Amino acid sequence: MTMLESTREFWRRDQVWPVLMDDDVKVDVSKQVILYVEGLSVSFDGFKALNDLNLYINDGELRCLIGANGAGKTTLMDVITGKTACDTGTVYFGQTINLLKHSEAEIAQLGIGRKFQKPTVFEAQTVWENLELALKASKGIWYNLRASLSASEQDLMLGILDTIGLQTQSKQLAGALSHGQKQWLEIGMLLASQPRLLLIDEPVAGMTAQETERTAELLTSLAGDRTVVVVEHDMEFVRSIARTVTVLHQGSVLAEGTMDDVQNNRDVIEVYLGEEA
Amino acid sequence: MSFLQRALNAGRFGRQSTTWVVGLLFAVTLYASVCNLLLPPESMFYVSTYTITLLGKYLCFALLALSVDVVWGYCGVLSLGHGAFFALGGYGMGMYLMRQIGDRGVYGNPELPDFMVFLNWDTLPWYWYGMDQFWFAMLMAVAVPGLLAFVFGWLAFRSRVTGVYLSIMTQALTYALMLAFFRNEMGFGGNNGLTDFKELLGFDLQADTTRVALFAVTAMLLALAFLASRFIMDSRFGRVIVAIRDAEPRTRFVGYRTDHYKVWLFVYSAALAAIAGALYVPQVGIINPGEFSPINSIEVVVWVAVGGRGTLYGAIAGALLVNYAKTRFTAIMPDGWLFALGALFVWVTLFLPQGLAGFVEKQLARFKSSSKTGSSASDLVEEASS
Repeated sequence: MTMLESTREFWRRDQVWPVLMDDDVKVDVSKQVILYVEGLSVSFDGFKALNDLNLYINDGELRCLIGANGAGKTTLMDVITGKTACDTGTVYFGQTINLLKHSEAEIAQLGIGRKFQKPTVFEAQTVWENLELALKASKGIWYNLRASLSASEQDLMLGILDTIGLQTQSKQLAGALSHGQKQWLEIGMLLASQPRLLLIDEPVAGMTAQETERTAELLTSLAGDRTVVVVEHDMEFVRSIARTVTVLHQGSVLAEGTMDDVQNNRDVIEVYLGEEA
Repeated sequence: MSFLQRALNAGRFGRQSTTWVVGLLFAVTLYASVCNLLLPPESMFYVSTYTITLLGKYLCFALLALSVDVVWGYCGVLSLGHGAFFALGGYGMGMYLMRQIGDRGVYGNPELPDFMVFLNWDTLPWYWYGMDQFWFAMLMAVAVPGLLAFVFGWLAFRSRVTGVYLSIMTQALTYALMLAFFRNEMGFGGNNGLTDFKELLGFDLQADTTRVALFAVTAMLLALAFLASRFIMDSRFGRVIVAIRDAEPRTRFVGYRTDHYKVWLFVYSAALAAIAGALYVPQVGIINPGEFSPINSIEVVVWVAVGGRGTLYGAIAGALLVNYAKTRFTAIMPDGWLFALGALFVWVTLFLPQGLAGFVEKQLARFKSSSKTGSSASDLVEEASS
């Protein structure tokens, strides 16, 4: 582009200069797709953790990601939440928000919540305080120096405590909870932040059958209002919640469809059962 | 698990401790001031001016320890360079006191401090302008260390430097400043520093009343700093800070810009250290580059560790106790002090990982639970007898 052309482009009357554009844009899901992952590649020291991965998540959907260890599930979540930079590719949240340009904290504020594989809660603080920290509210410094819980926030937190079954433990330190309870607390923190998109890494690891069932119920009830992406190894669990399953293999998508489709898919059978069959 | 339970109790005790700390501070200040000013020196309750100054000095150290506890105990940022902010605050006050000397110096130059005349300088360096105004000097004494902390913290925390690397950088910072201030060309009196002060705001620094007033102001500012820190740590900001200490990546994924939080806490802490330094200088009557020496900063960390970090009052107690011990010990065996300090640190790390505050709280918790079971047992006995 020549100098003249770029100057004209700059002064066009039908556009807004990027510097003046409102950063706080709502997620645009007019095409019913909330997350676009296209051509994503990430390599660590030559090892391709993600290899030209394409993935589209519809708004309000509950999607399960499965795949063997090293298939790139956690790396994918790391890229979406801004923890890991990618080599090539694009990640869009709705039509307009380029997630690769935002930091972890900004992405969380945009409405993408994440639960880690290993439950990480703030151990030196009580269950109640953990939820309070996760609330959807300003994350600014001045605000938080004077912040107090509003009645509606308290109601929300009480409701969450009820949902995650930790009412009696609300004054207990999070570090004193059992593994399964920490998982629940982390899910509760996700709920408190009221995200548009939830990325959940192995939610039922270390849970009893009963707890697993309740988790499945909770996740299915969330879908619709919110979009949920679950990474899980427990096939029984996946079968009980998933409508659409995406199989990752060596950093790219191997198959996508309903659980039955996927289980009958020849590629999947070959990859997973190939050596045994 | 029992440790966590204890920590929870610590939180409860922490709130009670606020009243205790402020009350004790007020009582001791009032007692010492009254006994110094109103009683004759022959009285057995008389508190000498030397003691007053010593207490004032201890309180300055307590404020410095408090500032380290705020960043180390609550945010996990082990700063081994807080002595730098303390000394910069001290230099701010020192420059004002130098300008107050006026023409009463050895060379009688109304404009230039003695050391500049000695170096054959004929004009005041630009950064000495305005330092003859008390308000401006105090502003600079807090703003300059605050700005340094801001720039340093901004660079370090944004690049996610943590742990031992950060500690080493803070250590390097204070060491570099020490070397710089040792140079005569810097215009801060070289290795002699600033001394021979005469008066503060027109009050004679040697007078008993001035000494008592300085001590009282120090106590008041320590109490204010304690209350402010308590307020900050009890707010949601404080909970974010503790969350950063325990799981920084997680805090980021919840949506907090952890680097901003850390920078502002670091600046707050540096400002407290600077205030401590500014109060320290008129009481001891000298400020020299030795205050920047890395050992000083490490000593502060020992005070906090001994008192118990993450409790605020523990830092104050630690600073007072260790400095009292230092005063006593150096009188008996001056060369042995550093060995004693080192041994104390090792001993505390091994046997009192939570410091004295943790020990006291453990005993309190045990006392409370035993008295509780005791009462329930007596209830049972009563029930059985009736």
